[in-house]
Amino acid sequence: MTGTGILVVGNGPVAHRFVERLRHHGRTDRVTVLDAADSPACHRPLLTSVLDGSLPATAVTLAPPPGDTLLAAGTRAVRIDRARRLVHTEHGDAHRYDRLVLATGATPHVPDLPGLRGPDGRPAPGVSTLRTLADAVRPRGERVTVLGGGVLGVEAALALRRAGHLVTLVHRHAWPLNRRLDRAAGELLAARLAAAGVELRLSTTATGYSPGRLALTRPDGGRGAVEGDALLLCTGAEPATALARAAGLPVRAGVLVDADTRTGDPRVHAIGDCAEHPDEPPGTLRSGWAQAETAARLLATGTARHRPSRPVLRPRTPGLDLAVLGEPEPATPPDETIQLTDAARGRYARLHLTGGRLTGAVLLGWERAIADLVQLHQRDLPVPRDRLALLLGRPTRPATGPVELPDHAVVCHCNNVTAGTLAHAWHAGARSTPELAAATRATTGCGGCARGVEALRAVLAARADTTAPTRQPAGSGR
Amino acid sequence: MSDPAAPARDRSAGPSSVATHCPYCALQCGTRLDRGDATTDATTDTTTNAAAPVTTTAAVTVTAAVTVRPDPGFPVNRGGLCQKGWTAPALLDTADRLRTPLLRGADGELRPVDWDTALDAVAAALLRLRAAHGPDAVAVFGGGGLTNEKAYLLGKFARVTLGTSQIDYNGRFCMSSAAAAGNAAFGLDRGLPFPVTDLGAADTVLLAGANPAETMPPLMRHLDRADLIVIDPRRTRTAELAALHLQPEPGTDLALALGLLHLTVAGGHADKEYLAARTSGFDDAWRHAAAWWPERVEQVTGVPVAAQREAVALLARASRAYVLTGRGAEQHSKGTDTAAAFVNLALALGLPGREGSGYGCLTGQGNGQGGREHGQKADQLPGYRQITDPAARAHVAAVWGVDPDALPGPGRSAYELLDALGTDGGPRALLVFGANPVVSAPNAGHVTRRLGALDLLVVADFVPSETARIADVVLPVAQWAEEDGTLTNLEGRILRRRRLLDPPPGVRDDLWVLRALAARLGDDPARYPVDAERAFDELRRASRGGPADYSGVSYRRLDAGEALHWPCPETPGRRPAHPGTPRLFLDRFAHPDGRARFAAVEHRPPAERPDERWPLYATTGRVLAQYQSGAQTRRVAELNAAAPEAHVEIHPDTARRAGLEDGDLARITSARGSTRARVRLDPALRTDTVFLPFHFPGTGRANLLTGDALDPRSRMPEFKVSAVRVDRWEEPAP
Repeated sequence: MTGTGILVVGNGPVAHRFVERLRHHGRTDRVTVLDAADSPACHRPLLTSVLDGSLPATAVTLAPPPGDTLLAAGTRAVRIDRARRLVHTEHGDAHRYDRLVLATGATPHVPDLPGLRGPDGRPAPGVSTLRTLADAVRPRGERVTVLGGGVLGVEAALALRRAGHLVTLVHRHAWPLNRRLDRAAGELLAARLAAAGVELRLSTTATGYSPGRLALTRPDGGRGAVEGDALLLCTGAEPATALARAAGLPVRAGVLVDADTRTGDPRVHAIGDCAEHPDEPPGTLRSGWAQAETAARLLATGTARHRPSRPVLRPRTPGLDLAVLGEPEPATPPDETIQLTDAARGRYARLHLTGGRLTGAVLLGWERAIADLVQLHQRDLPVPRDRLALLLGRPTRPATGPVELPDHAVVCHCNNVTAGTLAHAWHAGARSTPELAAATRATTGCGGCARGVEALRAVLAARADTTAPTRQPAGSGR
Repeated sequence: MSDPAAPARDRSAGPSSVATHCPYCALQCGTRLDRGDATTDATTDTTTNAAAPVTTTAAVTVTAAVTVRPDPGFPVNRGGLCQKGWTAPALLDTADRLRTPLLRGADGELRPVDWDTALDAVAAALLRLRAAHGPDAVAVFGGGGLTNEKAYLLGKFARVTLGTSQIDYNGRFCMSSAAAAGNAAFGLDRGLPFPVTDLGAADTVLLAGANPAETMPPLMRHLDRADLIVIDPRRTRTAELAALHLQPEPGTDLALALGLLHLTVAGGHADKEYLAARTSGFDDAWRHAAAWWPERVEQVTGVPVAAQREAVALLARASRAYVLTGRGAEQHSKGTDTAAAFVNLALALGLPGREGSGYGCLTGQGNGQGGREHGQKADQLPGYRQITDPAARAHVAAVWGVDPDALPGPGRSAYELLDALGTDGGPRALLVFGANPVVSAPNAGHVTRRLGALDLLVVADFVPSETARIADVVLPVAQWAEEDGTLTNLEGRILRRRRLLDPPPGVRDDLWVLRALAARLGDDPARYPVDAERAFDELRRASRGGPADYSGVSYRRLDAGEALHWPCPETPGRRPAHPGTPRLFLDRFAHPDGRARFAAVEHRPPAERPDERWPLYATTGRVLAQYQSGAQTRRVAELNAAAPEAHVEIHPDTARRAGLEDGDLARITSARGSTRARVRLDPALRTDTVFLPFHFPGTGRANLLTGDALDPRSRMPEFKVSAVRVDRWEEPAP
């Protein structure tokens, strides 16, 4: 292709993936990345690992883009001139493009509540969001209030607890993750959060903020407040679309794109959180990476063949295994619904199946089944027929106890010695384990069956005692 | 130790008892062989194998009652022996033992001929092809079961007498990925850089893609104390013994290893002092592992987050821990990176180079370790030297008495060599020693066709293997209990193989064959000693100063019972002999700066993933009762009774969808071919995966399915992942 290369606006994980995949697929012309961020690009899912102290901030920064990428750090794009194929920057210069890829991401939503914003429109002192590395390392004091019980709010509340903070989670609805979980799962999740030491204020609406105090309406309609040293807003994010909108590109919630990531202008693509993709759920990294792959393949090879990723929600909540697969309520009624509540252990499962395949699932607990079902769902594979065994964990082969072993059962695998062979040798006079080993080679390989042979020997001896009390003493039956 | 007396001249004479080692896997269990009185049987043995155009008629010496006992004094097996080892003497009298050279006649039949006729025919064809097409028209394919002496002289024969660069061996299909990763990380590759017995004191051992309970059972005697973490898509017998079994989707071990490194660091278990003092490159390796948080690893591998955390906890709380890889992790088109990712994990935990912990690769074939050190690998010279290194070339050329510039450069790797046979610019003749690629090579249907396109295929073996049966010339050679030599086991210990019997009349040792061929090709036969000890003494000189330095090892020291692990350099003058190196890297790694190097590796999918047409993964491996291509073990009645035919392990749900029940015959098909196998239902298997052992011939060859994707560095084929579908087997119309 001719032109002046590929220009990427944004330097987050989706932009990185795009550049890396572009090279992977063989496109070699110049790539320029404009990075407006004031803290280093990072793996956003790892922000809670920084928050809980398990990883230092330096450990979660993204690897630099491929060596030949031109990275313009500290460079905010301010205007797209689609006619001249130029992007103007805050520094007054402009970058020409053959193809433009918008990966501007999203910005945290700050609710319109009295006191939340300072005079400059930015969050007031003590109020923060969790989107960048700088957000993750911000000092927050002992008592932290988290506003918003969505995925990020739940992850952050647990991470702050792990770091030793006293955490209060304030959420408007009667249970956290209410958009993704039904009441039964949501109430179990609330109980698990409480058990982890998170103080929950559910069905509670924030009404205003002053430093150290978040004012609330209680579920009964009365007024109350949460005291805290810091307030963390986990109240959603909005696609960063200003640049696209000003350039006249079609924008709804995000920049509108087709399945192959093209915006209204065929020379301009949008990927990740800033985009509104027809098949991809907004706001997840998996979805953003899938779009990056599609765009990279299209620009490198001329064909995209976007394969929608199936929605999987798997929050990063160590020790609290939660997964939501597919849509919470299927559009068409499923053939089969399996629901299992194990309240005592805080476990819950609801699976929707059609044609033996998963169309949706909510799982809390069942760590083994989550791993299996996520894969079966992603690849649209049939769910094993034994649904209960699936939830409880894959079966192991039946244990080989010595007592009821049929003659053909192999006791010593290394030497393929059956219980029958051992019994025969015993009756022929091999009464001790060493004698049985000499006669049959059992126990001489890995040695792991020694206990089994010993037990079998004991059973044979006991059986001989009860059934043939007049039999000769052991060891002389030759 | 037995008296290592001079070799017997008569098959029935000589010592009646020798201390030696099992002929099969890299454990090289110590055994004692006893011979009863032999008798010469006057009857004529007419063996006609219906499946092969091989008829031998000869008076045979029946070896009366060679018996084997495990050697309780040998520390590796500590008195243990598996069914293969116990039944190994049956190989000595296998009914269709090759006892005379065979030459394919104009009618296409292999017929017995005398040695002169066979060797003259080989030499004439080789000279003709070399004159017409150059030295690289002749290729050599060796084996990881050959003694050090044979491997060494085979490499010399290729480079000096044939002058060809085209030599590689079946070990390329075995340990090459771990070897490449080990060399890059530590500056040296020795399967286990510590004695096997060290494992006995471990608290935790991670086995990545290894199933020793079935592939080398006596090893388990050293693993009975540790908590085992087993990574395998199958619930193998080893997995059943494990404290924790991680069952990843085939082809995703690398993502899992990256995830375990991630959790090691995030859990605060990285050994920072060790990283600073003994390693380099952590930051670059971490940048990749950083992106493999456990929830993402779970989606790619199917290994639950909680199980990943438990694995890291088991490793981190052990005061003595090991990370070991096997073929399951290594036989991939990203095998080197996968092995490197497990090395990274071991390094982050501070394990390698410390007594009582470490990283190792469980070598497979009997002399897989020694076989890769002495020059039958396309890119190597004896002593584990690089063929591209001018100093290495000069040293070896001096030992061989040739001009360094006369030594060829690196040749094709094993699969690429087989793939090039009979093509434009590819070899026109192939000499095979100790290998059976018709069964053991990937994409076996294609490889068999390439072998068929050769002008000349010569196979030296002691049984009519599937490759021997399609050869133009078959040379009958001695087997384990009929020869002297050394092998190097999985822990880098050099072991003596001792002769109990002379080979049957008409059978020659491989060293004799090389000497006889060299003479016929116009080379000086004195270059090729037929006495194993003399060959070893030359090997010592050739290895001197190389990474795998054997110069201080001698038959005398080995026969005196010394346990010698390489490197074991000769000490000058009157200084005491070097004691060998049971434990490597205790003070420094073998890179110039003494540090181990992290590898910056990233996960990538296998070459083939299931799709609508080929909806399942097939993975291949071993069963306890068979060894490698089965050419030996299928001839032992007791072993064959235990594992008589190809089978396919399959989840009951998957079988049901294909209309198959336990015991049915299934057709397993990939883009390359179809295999026939008996259905064995396994509810513990992943539903997306089937497993086939690769030991079986003909339509039961699992390698008819496997593909030609190669690791870019080790050139290891992707044996462990093929996309297949499974149907009922219908007999082809007659």
